[in-house]
Amino acid sequence: MSGKERKEISVFIKRRRIYTITFISIIALFVFAALITEYDPVKGVLSFPKATVWIASNLIPNAKSLVRLPNILKKLGETALLSVAVTVVSAVFAFFFSLLGSKTTKVNGVIARAVRIFAAFFRNVPDVVWAILLMFSFGQNVLTGFFALFFTTFGMLTRTFIETIDEVSSDCVEALNASGATYMQTVFQGIVPSSLSEIITWVMFMIETNIRSSTLIGILTGTGIGYLFDLYYKRLDYPSAGLVVLSIVILVIMIEMVSTNIRKVIL
Amino acid sequence: MPILQLKNVNKTYNNVTRALEDISLTIEKGEFVSIIGPSGAGKSTLLRCINRLVDASQGDVIFDGRNINHIRGKELRKVRTKMGMIFQHYNLVNRLSVIENVLHGRLGQKSTLVGAIGIYSEKEKEQAFLILDKLGLTEQAYKRCDELSGGQKQRVGIARALMQEPKMILCDEPIASLDPNSAKIIMDYLSDINTTMNITCVINLHQVDVALKYSKRIIGVTAGRIVYDGPPNELGTKKLHEIYQSREGQLINDIEELAI
Repeated sequence: MSGKERKEISVFIKRRRIYTITFISIIALFVFAALITEYDPVKGVLSFPKATVWIASNLIPNAKSLVRLPNILKKLGETALLSVAVTVVSAVFAFFFSLLGSKTTKVNGVIARAVRIFAAFFRNVPDVVWAILLMFSFGQNVLTGFFALFFTTFGMLTRTFIETIDEVSSDCVEALNASGATYMQTVFQGIVPSSLSEIITWVMFMIETNIRSSTLIGILTGTGIGYLFDLYYKRLDYPSAGLVVLSIVILVIMIEMVSTNIRKVIL
Repeated sequence: MPILQLKNVNKTYNNVTRALEDISLTIEKGEFVSIIGPSGAGKSTLLRCINRLVDASQGDVIFDGRNINHIRGKELRKVRTKMGMIFQHYNLVNRLSVIENVLHGRLGQKSTLVGAIGIYSEKEKEQAFLILDKLGLTEQAYKRCDELSGGQKQRVGIARALMQEPKMILCDEPIASLDPNSAKIIMDYLSDINTTMNITCVINLHQVDVALKYSKRIIGVTAGRIVYDGPPNELGTKKLHEIYQSREGQLINDIEELAI
């Protein structure tokens, strides 16, 4: 066997060893975590049917809960509109920030790095934590929810827009620069058309995400659909709480369908 | 008066990598010049130093009798409108239509706002259609650029450059991604533009045979230096091997007798 062949075989052995080590490590990590948290996997799996039965017998909306439907839909509408407003406002901010942060359109390197760090900070603090922090200054108010969602959405969209701009438009930016176009002309004639469909996809995705998040934040801040869910739940009115959950799910699915269609038209 | 003069141009990236070393050349109005040389020799950097997409570290770039080395902002953009550029990967806005991409050539001559929202005068539109007609793209005018073939995309690239009403066109590997048929069409158009419109053409090429056939002057670049500058018929096999730093039999051109 020549040296080269031996080397080739050792590559395969090495790869198999890496797979084995990874697999064993994951198992070990699971066992370790289960021991510390006193988690019993068997008990965990067995509790599934029990939970399902409880949900089926309690959370299914009944005739009485349907009386509350108009109220639920009104609050749901408010929550949806808030999510749309938050997402659109943050998308506008995020777009201009991402121009500063992108490699192809940055004004200078220091600002670009600062924008990336700034965005990462806003993105990595969970929206619920933002809500709790902001409650100190705004109290239990719609504004608290608005800003909490605004911060995370802004951080998230800035990052994704930067990636989109870098991916789609470096070639046409070079060409427009070479032809003597100004910065703003390059942005609106080159970058916007190139990345519009990706931008819209992300904005629609964030609207969905924000409807889900605003439910949770609403529980904290006592506003919107979250407040209603909390109210029914604490009153032990489980069928109505179930109806709230169901209506949120339907709304999110509807928005997903709409966004798919919008994307089809634009692409 | 020469249209372009480079005087002792040097370019170093990050103070370490030397891309261009002491490049001096003069190009007269109406010349058709090919730059050949191995990959990484600095051909692209040289071309981009001319329109200042890359800033030279040292030396002077004199375009149309004016030193453009230190101009910035509005002045630089104005100079760039007089230099069209064509790219290997066409660099079009793929999601826009052909005619919109051609009209982009006018952006440099418009005010920021009017250009940004894409308002063009009737005269500009007429001119764009005239250019499209000249390049045989009339039927494609309203198609989106991502529906076009490579050869058609490159013709849109040429149309965009012509829309600028340039004095000079810089071409960075214009036919490197094209099949031989489309490559010939593109080179014929460039040659035609050069002779009929008297627009100076500076072209980076990998295809030595194409360079020899179309241009009246060849510049050979190796490791950031000009090692040959002269007519194609004086470029012998020996010189060619010096440009590509290769030995007898290592170049694709060695397979057949070079048609010099």
